[in-house]
Amino acid sequence: MTVTLEWYLGLSAILFVIGLGGVLTRRNVLIIFMSIELMLNAANLTFVAFSRYLPNIDGQVFVFFVMAVAAAEVAVGLAIIVTIYRRKGSLDIDQVNLMKW
Amino acid sequence: MEAILFIVIALMSIGAAIMVITQRSPINSVLYLVLAFFSLAILYVMLGAQLLAAFQVIVYAGAIMVLFVFVVMMLNLSKAQDWERIGAIRRWLGFAAAAGVFLIVVTALRGSLGYNAELDPNMGTIESIGSVLFGRYMLPFEVASVLLLVAIVGVVSLVKREEPPKSVETKGGEAS
Repeated sequence: MTVTLEWYLGLSAILFVIGLGGVLTRRNVLIIFMSIELMLNAANLTFVAFSRYLPNIDGQVFVFFVMAVAAAEVAVGLAIIVTIYRRKGSLDIDQVNLMKW
Repeated sequence: MEAILFIVIALMSIGAAIMVITQRSPINSVLYLVLAFFSLAILYVMLGAQLLAAFQVIVYAGAIMVLFVFVVMMLNLSKAQDWERIGAIRRWLGFAAAAGVFLIVVTALRGSLGYNAELDPNMGTIESIGSVLFGRYMLPFEVASVLLLVAIVGVVSLVKREEPPKSVETKGGEAS
């Protein structure tokens, strides 16, 4: 039994959906943020899997850019979370609804 | 052999991912997320992307998760109560929506199956990726560095406390 492209695509789809479920069901903004990281990693896995089976090196280069953007995103996102915590005293995203309506 | 390793690592990453979204205290979620990132790094090695596996460990499991741990420790959080509060109906609606997206993703991926190439051992090395990254993707590379600079400046300006007005206020109060 050899590992084919389908296995990796299935795994990345499952990981992406778990991350999406976390975003949809949790209200703690830190855990939502971690779920987003999980979804980014699932997309990265798809890139690398296609890069190995096509074969095409560009997928791996794209993962580099995703990582750079993810690093920037995490830094800015955590700064926003720290600011929210200072203002509201909690990390519940239901209390941060000023821009919702 | 490869299939067994894949199944073990895949189950490990799925289990870690489920633990990330079900844990009550954020620090446990962070630690399970580190486990998920490490198992993804092992999968990258299996896919022949050695350099990306190293970067996965250094950047994700190292730098990004240190940032998460630092923030979780700094904020002195109690256990999250959000699961009890939102209620079972909303929770299962969320999972049902995620399952719907899973069907969409699977349907979309079905059109791109069937590729099967031999593993090229030279593809994931520093040399081959570097020649592409500093050749064809030179401009995006520079843009990414500018993006990181913007992120640094943005973070500093976001978390900087507005100290001067406060200190002026208290000093004024003491003086009068």
